[in-house]
Amino acid sequence: MTTRLDVAEKRTAATTLPAPRGTTRTGRPARRTSAWTPWLYLLPALVVIGGLLVYPVYQLGLISFLEYTQAQVSGGEPTSFKGFGNYTTLFTDPQFWQVLLATVLFAAACVVTTLAVGCALAVLLTRVRALPRLALMVAALGAWATPAVTGSTVWVFLFDPDFGPVNRLLGLGDFSWTYGRYSAFALVLLEVVWCSFPFVMVTVYAGIKAIPSEVLEAAALDGASQWRIWRSVMTPMLRPILVVVTIQSIIWDFKLFTQIYVMTNGGGIAGQNLVLNVYAYQKAFASSQYSLGSAIGVVMLLILLAVTLVYLRLLRRQGEEL
Amino acid sequence: MSASTTFRIRRPGRLVAEAVTLLVAAAVAFPLYWMVLSALKPAGEIQSTDPRPWTLSPSLDSFRRVFDQQEFGRYFLNSLIVAGTVVLASALIAFLAATAVTRFRFRFRTTLLVMFLVAQMVPVEALTIPLFFLMRDFGQLNTLGSLILPHLAFSLPFAIWMLRGFVKAVPEALEEQAQIDGASRTRFLWQILFPLVFPGLVATSVFSFISTWNDFLFAKSFLISDTSQSTLPMALLVFFKPDENDWGGIMAGSTVMTVPVLVFFVLVQRRLVSGLGGAVKD
Repeated sequence: MTTRLDVAEKRTAATTLPAPRGTTRTGRPARRTSAWTPWLYLLPALVVIGGLLVYPVYQLGLISFLEYTQAQVSGGEPTSFKGFGNYTTLFTDPQFWQVLLATVLFAAACVVTTLAVGCALAVLLTRVRALPRLALMVAALGAWATPAVTGSTVWVFLFDPDFGPVNRLLGLGDFSWTYGRYSAFALVLLEVVWCSFPFVMVTVYAGIKAIPSEVLEAAALDGASQWRIWRSVMTPMLRPILVVVTIQSIIWDFKLFTQIYVMTNGGGIAGQNLVLNVYAYQKAFASSQYSLGSAIGVVMLLILLAVTLVYLRLLRRQGEEL
Repeated sequence: MSASTTFRIRRPGRLVAEAVTLLVAAAVAFPLYWMVLSALKPAGEIQSTDPRPWTLSPSLDSFRRVFDQQEFGRYFLNSLIVAGTVVLASALIAFLAATAVTRFRFRFRTTLLVMFLVAQMVPVEALTIPLFFLMRDFGQLNTLGSLILPHLAFSLPFAIWMLRGFVKAVPEALEEQAQIDGASRTRFLWQILFPLVFPGLVATSVFSFISTWNDFLFAKSFLISDTSQSTLPMALLVFFKPDENDWGGIMAGSTVMTVPVLVFFVLVQRRLVSGLGGAVKD
């Protein structure tokens, strides 16, 4: 969720005319100050990021190649190099593949549902007057601002078999949502969509509003149908925003931890609701297999890196200036 | 501006759309309503198998239990300290870094920017294991520092990336003017640029505040034995008991945890909108 607003920034960049760019480049005054000044400004940021982000990534990779369990942590045994041993263990474990598949499918379901709901509501927002729009905006902001932990507890309570209003309303009796694998995933999906659609809705709505009305009027005057305007005018203009929103959602939903952990009590009955993040956590901290947990972390890192590269390529294709 | 929304809508269609909008709004708000309602219900009504969407005898018992049974006030303060420190520190550090990458041309500038972008995608959760050992080696386990430092590191790349746009929006001419008027670079930085970029800083801090305030994994992993250093998300889980969850306590605790974020949102909302709006119009 940390990167929601750069969408807004992307939008800005996308709607800004290219004029200022040229002037920035040519009109830049010659600097008399030392070449070290920018590095001085960057120093605190680089120290913090280097020490607490880059170095841990290196460490993560390192641990994944070592024998690292409780014995090594307490200093009882020396650490030994295992090469790809941990990865072999991981890749031959059927549970890993099952969790990986569940993670990908669950993240895909979350992304698709979130985008569909967010975009549909954004379009709906453009068709209503100020008051209903305000009501939905305020409600969505509330869902957006709700911390993941409290959102999870509230949704579990809403669907509680004994005291929850939902089962009562749907006449489901004491049906336990967290008991079955798919119903538990469905419950988590609902919560995830609830707290992540507002970001998509607000961003896409802002994107639609940023389309100059002259363009739409011109299209209408030229006799374009409603559907044609939507398909041939608005969708291409919204493309940059949709790309950012989609990529953000993928990254975000792939890394889910809190919702699964809290709502299914650490990964569900017999680990039926595990996703990669929770799986890595359980391996490392519940069964002290730190090196296996790190290997799972590396797999996640590589997958997200691939998504990032796609994102960078799309940004470049859109002609973004860094 | 409204032309795009009005020219194609017929009236009955709009009424249906508005009814749907209001219904969706009610559904989206319902979980939060139910949370506050359940926190205010007396114990008997919560444990009722026939839950009603209102209560005739609101009580603060659940809140009292939350604050009495545990040191909830202390956890609240801990959460506030962690989030507040991260917000202030990341705003200052990101401001300097964003100025460096937008106002100067130097070698590796583009490389750095791409790095900041890639760094945003690093799954924080995957780094829990190495960070755990790092914190242990620095003797930071069970301290609030073990939460502040990683969150600072994780909020910086995004904050820099985002502030870049705001710093860029301040005209170059202003800096030249300040130089001609004899202002030193430091003075320009803090007395001219900083106030101008302030709305952007506020918008950025919303995100570092929320991600830090919501943190669950780091608190769970790094604050293992010293409960006096616990933060709110951890405290909340105490009310989950194997057989009998104290739903009143959980809902009251959730309410206490959600309210500051909502307040923060409302407080900065105008600045957030004006900050972004300004950038959009530019």
